Amino acid sequence: MVNKTSIRIGAGAGYAGDRIPPAVELAQHGRLDYLVFECLAERTIALAQLERRQHPEKGFDPLLLERMRAVLPICLAQGTRIISNMGAANPLQAGHEVLRLATELGLRGVKVAVVQGDDVLHRLQQEGLDLPLIDSGAPLASLQDRLISANAYLGADALLPALQSDAQVILCGRVADPAMFLAPLMHHFGWALDDWQRLGQGILVGHLLECAGQITGGYFADPGFKDVPNLARLGFPLAEVQADGSTVITKVAGSGGCVTVATCTEQLLYEIENPARYLQPDVVADFSQVQLKADGTDRVRATHASGQPRPDTLKVTVGYHDGYIGEGQISYAGPGCVARGQLALALVRQRLQDAGLGQHEARYELIGVNSLMPQTQVATEPTEVRLRVAVRTPTRHEALLVANEVEALYTNGPASGGGATKSVREVVAAAAVLVPREWAPAHVTVLG
Amino acid sequence: MKLRQLAHTRTGDKGNRSTLTVIAYDARDLARLEAQLTPERVKQHYQGIVQGHVDRYTLPQLGALQFVLHGALAGGVTRSLALDAHGKTLSSHLLNIDIE
Repeated sequence: MVNKTSIRIGAGAGYAGDRIPPAVELAQHGRLDYLVFECLAERTIALAQLERRQHPEKGFDPLLLERMRAVLPICLAQGTRIISNMGAANPLQAGHEVLRLATELGLRGVKVAVVQGDDVLHRLQQEGLDLPLIDSGAPLASLQDRLISANAYLGADALLPALQSDAQVILCGRVADPAMFLAPLMHHFGWALDDWQRLGQGILVGHLLECAGQITGGYFADPGFKDVPNLARLGFPLAEVQADGSTVITKVAGSGGCVTVATCTEQLLYEIENPARYLQPDVVADFSQVQLKADGTDRVRATHASGQPRPDTLKVTVGYHDGYIGEGQISYAGPGCVARGQLALALVRQRLQDAGLGQHEARYELIGVNSLMPQTQVATEPTEVRLRVAVRTPTRHEALLVANEVEALYTNGPASGGGATKSVREVVAAAAVLVPREWAPAHVTVLG
Repeated sequence: MKLRQLAHTRTGDKGNRSTLTVIAYDARDLARLEAQLTPERVKQHYQGIVQGHVDRYTLPQLGALQFVLHGALAGGVTRSLALDAHGKTLSSHLLNIDIE
């Protein structure tokens, strides 16, 4: 592999719950050098940390073993290395679990490199309580007694020692999503840590791939306007990347979906604010001049990304307890369904006010009328609506009161309400601060 | 005509902000879209949702406009009370805007 002039990187998951069969197809037929699984959303790690406190042997991605069981034998046979943030809040335990699985499957010589160092909760509690939260500007201390987790977005540099080992599987916790794709490019092509132009192009590769099926047509179809062939058997993407960072995004021949300039443009700008300044731990990537050109069927060439020197700080996501949400829903149908839904909303609002819950932040809405677009006026009455009430409360008990008041519409509300559901959930919210780089020194442990 | 005839859209979430991408099917329509889809008009179209201001970036080589809708996500994905906390469905709403 060392002498190859281009490498092939696939995306095996775009979020924690993503489908597994497309990853298997990609592993089998993608002729991949690397297969990357991105499975860690903003607050996932806080939830994992809570789980780890209850069960010290847990706290890694719940689908880790199912995914590995599906792809590890194939990847080992084909010489494809796996990179993933499925370590979540417990990467070391995740590494041990993968080794145990390898033994169970009769796979020999498996090594797992575990990247740690993203967990900065202790350091923040000791030295960082004065740091301002990025969105509100309030000091971190304002969340102090509610903090659950604090994890820095590590960069590709943290993954390089793991890639230099002979581990076939590399597991981490919080690492910037595109960095999991950039790291093997830096490793393979020997890109310097300050080669901002190539690092920017590598971030482009990562950004295009990190949501997996979103670039192969998995979040694109709009019948009659944007049709996607064989969406049911959507294939996941892979990138062929050259030493200069130029890349072609494609997918396994015969798989469902499509890779077009249009699908790639949607993904290129997805979740990007200023396209000229996409802040990453390794580089400030510049996508403002990126060009996308068709290069045959289901092949799009992406070039002209660049970059500026990396930021001095690392972004840290902090997870914290933020009260509860009580929610209830119930449906109405037929003539007058909107009027009955509106009556029901008024009843619940009055009853919650009478119960002393009127001051809490709340949503009172009719799904099918105004739940997504609050100010929309519907011209004709829908044939059915679904009432939804959601209230933020400080205690679980109050959240349950909210949910119960909706359910109670069965016998205390308008005619013909049906299909009531209720839920109470504890809110784990995420905020962010910036910390000096040296607060999150990464280290690698090779198991096996 | 409606924007839907000329362009496709996608939203993404970033904190309490929604990113809104508008991509012309034919890049030659970009100037027309740029002239009519001003940040002020887009904010007005999302009345009741966008609490802050709207930024706009133009990417001519992609035939695309990129909007950032500040204060659009009811506090952000992780704590929002909204049914669609990510604001994923906001993108389709723009397709209904009139373009001359």
